[in-house]
Amino acid sequence: MSFLPYAVAGWICLVGLYGVVTSRNLVHLAVCLTVTQSSTYVLLLAVGYVRGGGPPIFKGVKLGTSAVDPVVQALSLTDIVVSVTVLALILALALDVSRHAGTVDPDEIAGMHG
Amino acid sequence: MSWVPPLIVAVPLISAAVVAGGDHVMPSRLQDAIGLGALAAVCGLGVVLMLAAQTHEVVDWFGGWRPRSAVAVGIDFAVDPLAAGVTALAGAVALLTLAYARIYLEQAARLFDALFLIMCGALCGFVMSGDVFNLFVWLELMGVSAYALTGFEVKEIGPLQGAVNFSIVNTIGGFFVVIAIALLYGRTGALNLAQIGQTLSGHKADGLVVVAMTLIVCGFLCKAAIVPFHLWLADAYAVAPTPVCAFFAAVMTDVGLFGVARVYWTIFAAPFGSHSSAVLDALVWLGIVSALVGAVMAFLQRHLKRMLAYTVVAHIGVMLAGIGLLTSKGLAGAADMLLAHGLLTAGLFLVVGVLVAWRHEGDELDLHGRGRARPWLGVLWLGAAIALAGPPYVGVYLGHALIDEAASGGGRSWVQPLLWLADAIGSAALLRAGARVFLGLGPMDDPLLSPEHGEKPPRRRARLGALTAIATVFVVAGAVVSVIPGLNWGTVAAADRFRDRVAYAKVVLHGLPVPHAPALRFALEHSTLESLLYGAGATVLALALAALGLYRRNVPGAAAAAVGRVLSPPVAALKAVHSGVVGDYVMWLVVGTAVIGGAWAITLR
Repeated sequence: MSFLPYAVAGWICLVGLYGVVTSRNLVHLAVCLTVTQSSTYVLLLAVGYVRGGGPPIFKGVKLGTSAVDPVVQALSLTDIVVSVTVLALILALALDVSRHAGTVDPDEIAGMHG
Repeated sequence: MSWVPPLIVAVPLISAAVVAGGDHVMPSRLQDAIGLGALAAVCGLGVVLMLAAQTHEVVDWFGGWRPRSAVAVGIDFAVDPLAAGVTALAGAVALLTLAYARIYLEQAARLFDALFLIMCGALCGFVMSGDVFNLFVWLELMGVSAYALTGFEVKEIGPLQGAVNFSIVNTIGGFFVVIAIALLYGRTGALNLAQIGQTLSGHKADGLVVVAMTLIVCGFLCKAAIVPFHLWLADAYAVAPTPVCAFFAAVMTDVGLFGVARVYWTIFAAPFGSHSSAVLDALVWLGIVSALVGAVMAFLQRHLKRMLAYTVVAHIGVMLAGIGLLTSKGLAGAADMLLAHGLLTAGLFLVVGVLVAWRHEGDELDLHGRGRARPWLGVLWLGAAIALAGPPYVGVYLGHALIDEAASGGGRSWVQPLLWLADAIGSAALLRAGARVFLGLGPMDDPLLSPEHGEKPPRRRARLGALTAIATVFVVAGAVVSVIPGLNWGTVAAADRFRDRVAYAKVVLHGLPVPHAPALRFALEHSTLESLLYGAGATVLALALAALGLYRRNVPGAAAAAVGRVLSPPVAALKAVHSGVVGDYVMWLVVGTAVIGGAWAITLR
């Protein structure tokens, strides 16, 4: 197993966090959050990858055939469901913020509230 | 008894669906009955479970997928007395706060009930879960409903900002947990807590396990609002609807600590057992810093809910220090503290709710002397504030005394004065505010305190008497925690069980319950002279600091100027850090995680 997927996951995570820290727009910030989240998918799939393994479907397949780990795929799916919920909520909040504050810049919003 | 744990989760979740789906169809009294009945059931089942778990952990495998040859193939709930106690507490607090909310908030908001039920159910699932990925799922479910409840008043900018900061910081904390889970799964091929611990034990810990522990602990500490991950908390708690704040403060914040304790003692105690002092030092210091920062920030607030939010940070810090001592007494102290602090702080939040509904203000200076017409509210506020300082045998005293014993037993006597000092400062802030509002003492303005916009009061006329009655229940229950017969020994025995990794693995993986001697019931509380002195001292110090906060202008000029010169730069810096900008918060989160991880990478070798 090469180090590349792990390095990619780390890189995506840090890039996403950099985006969240520097963002001046809540919608952009939510997208950066999704980028950070993607690093967990890459990491999960990298953890479960088996070189030369087929898809984890065992119907009509000879016993002992190597396959990638189906558990991490289930985890990734759950992770996606959770993140979509959170993302939808944050975007809805951003919409309401824009409606009531006329801006989606976190700095300006913090200034308005005191 | 294995049918009980799934019910504790299923009852509130199904009721939430019924309440939300039956809106406009069902009569509103029926909806009330369903919501409140579900929460009462959670509380009752929690008590049943606590009694059932006295002899051994109650384990339930979803769908009957039991372990095969001691390898977990399914997902389980594994409930020990501490976890069951948290579910009972959560049910009770949720029941009372939802009843309060029905009086306090507008009638129309039915989704509020549904979200509240989901949050309570998810919280119970979190504390009972025996599977690390399910810990994450329950954490996020609890989080999502909490974010939505924080921003429930979508017509105001304050709650929206609080909800945005809350959701983003905690979501990133959640990512850290997932990354840690992926690493642990990659290393052990298991998701069951007992199984992971079993696989890691007997191996020398390496870098990967250190990274995993850092990320999962920091992820949970985000939820628990430990410095430097605490910045979102005041923004959220200052603006969320008051009954929601009461529930957040009483149980939701604390379950982050529960998560830390759970993963440490089921997973990481095995590989890091021989290096536990490195883990201990990090957690105890994080706790002490949180306690002091939270207390000082509380002292600098005039907005009552924000002040309470910072006292939550302070007490959570004390609890983390208790857990971080890694002994049964420390953990038991944290648990008793959770109980007393949760009930008292919830009571204080509910008193603020009464003030907001009555005087349409939630600000210490604006309310100056305006609480005098309701002396009972003042008694509640000042009584709860003193109980939070922990005078002997009142309020948080028992938890503190146990943490004291754990600290001095482990040769770390310097921990105690710092924790008591934090408690005294936090209580001083509350006492000062109470003296201003309910006794009309002190000047009408104070430039030291940060100004803030007030909360919009509820639109209809609430029945203040009923609201006060619910607040009274919380304050009285919180104040008498320290004298409940047998609680002391009961929690120490429960903490012993909680920390016993081998017994946990045996009952979960092999289905072999390890019998435990039942705790001594109704034994006399004991206490060391040291704790008695500390408790009394903290109370006196709190009163003195409160008086100083009120009358600091009467201090002779030269002394005041000298103290001001020394204190004002750090105070200004502390205020500047709490900027309200979510990007800054995330940066503190990343830096904090990196520092903790770096420290552990060096020391856990």
